[in-house]
Amino acid sequence: MYQVENLVKELSNKHGHARESLMPILQAIVQKHNYLTDEAMVEVARELDISAAEVYGTASFYTFLDTQVKGKYVIRVCKTITCSMKGKSDIIHTLEEILKIKVGETTNDKQFSLIETNCIGWCHKAPAILINEMPYTELTPGKVNEIIKDYMHK
Amino acid sequence: MENKGLTKVDLIFEKIDSKEVMVKAFGMSSAEIIQSILDSGLKGRGGAGFPTGLKWKYTAAEKNPDKYIVCNADEGEPGTFKDREILDRVSNKVHGGMAIAGKAIGAKKGIVYLRGEYRYLLPKLMIELDSFHKMIKEIGFDFSVEYRMGSGAYICGEESALFESIEGKRGEPRNKPPYPTSVGVFDKPTSINNVETLVTAMMIIQHGAKNFIQYGTKDSRGSKVFSISGDTPTPGIFELELGMSVQQFVNEFGDGDTKAVQVGGASGFCVPRKKFAETIIGFEGVPTGGSMKLFNSSRSMYNVLHNYLDFFTEESCGQCTPCRVGCQQLLKGVEKVKKGEAKSTYLNELVKLADSMKIAAKCGLGQSVGNAFKSIVGNFKEEIIY
Repeated sequence: MYQVENLVKELSNKHGHARESLMPILQAIVQKHNYLTDEAMVEVARELDISAAEVYGTASFYTFLDTQVKGKYVIRVCKTITCSMKGKSDIIHTLEEILKIKVGETTNDKQFSLIETNCIGWCHKAPAILINEMPYTELTPGKVNEIIKDYMHK
Repeated sequence: MENKGLTKVDLIFEKIDSKEVMVKAFGMSSAEIIQSILDSGLKGRGGAGFPTGLKWKYTAAEKNPDKYIVCNADEGEPGTFKDREILDRVSNKVHGGMAIAGKAIGAKKGIVYLRGEYRYLLPKLMIELDSFHKMIKEIGFDFSVEYRMGSGAYICGEESALFESIEGKRGEPRNKPPYPTSVGVFDKPTSINNVETLVTAMMIIQHGAKNFIQYGTKDSRGSKVFSISGDTPTPGIFELELGMSVQQFVNEFGDGDTKAVQVGGASGFCVPRKKFAETIIGFEGVPTGGSMKLFNSSRSMYNVLHNYLDFFTEESCGQCTPCRVGCQQLLKGVEKVKKGEAKSTYLNELVKLADSMKIAAKCGLGQSVGNAFKSIVGNFKEEIIY
């Protein structure tokens, strides 16, 4: 849970109150708080003067606009064919072992979420993952271990 | 059929003084720019291959003075990563191409719709966009570009879904007609072009259509950036002249054991080894937005097909029934056949379903699921059944 009123006001002042401002506002909330709470969506609806259902309908269409609790670092593992051929499963196993969660889950301390995603455009450097917006490529279990340890100490 | 062989070229990523090209372009009339692009025979580089000159001509002909040029940077086709590289290395040419298109169609506003997966590029792009704005201001051309981000929806690469997304809505494709050239983003006349198309258009203005048509074949003019991945010793991004056969491509990029090449990503076609020699990569054969995936004999084509169907089932926007239910049923269907829960002849029923989707689905997503499905099932039936 996070305080949204001020943030939404600030964002709608920056991006505008038109319908076209909806995506940039939602994207900015997710960038800051990792996911959209019901309260945030209701607040955005009020600020843009549209129904909360419109906001939820739009947010729920986009996989990067999460409406479920997500950790501070969202790890997206590419599962499309090339990454899948080049060792995606090993990457998933490694992540599940380090984080002690399964795909689709978030760690208890709300630091990490682990999900699978479709092609992220790094097939020539497969397997690849995104941690929030940063891509990590040509991964091996060893490399994944190091990367996650770095994030744990951030 | 014309066969040009495999030739590597370096035009797209060549460093240029974009100001020089801009000055040249702004010295030309709208009609002259459009005629150059028409003469070049340039077809859209995103995959669909619509003639760029015609798109610009139609948009230019619209009376509404409020027009847009939209750059489609929602590169989501599995196996495609060239637009990211182009934006990373030569964004000045992307912005330049948009301004030239703006001059051609009479638009003062440009929007780049960048996929959410590439957000990490944004800080750098903003700096480069700043210097671009300064440069065209110096030349005295009234044109500006803004960036809009996607949020992880493959369907938003479809032009009308992309407009909906820019407008702050669910990325659900619109009915066509009306086409974007008359009713596009914010219901204004819009020319929407792929990243690479805009860069190529700028090169055509720079070098002239006559020089451009020396590359490629009658149906596929110019060179193109290919995204090469899978079972290859040299995965990566390569600019190649259009008009080579799949065999020539495999000779260069294969690992010596290539059994199939998926041309054009999940929505493209699977070419099996026995058809390598006769298949030309281009609009006269198998068209591609640049995605080339090589599979060697250690790969199960069932796994490849299953992965693609899983992809489409998740990425279908769900708006129209043929695509939403069709994708699910194709996926379930091949699983049943594989497990022996359905007879192998059930595949024929699934092919009919894929054909129906091609006719009945609302947009290119549902219409092209059958491409991969039919070419993989048709050429690798045993691997799907056993």
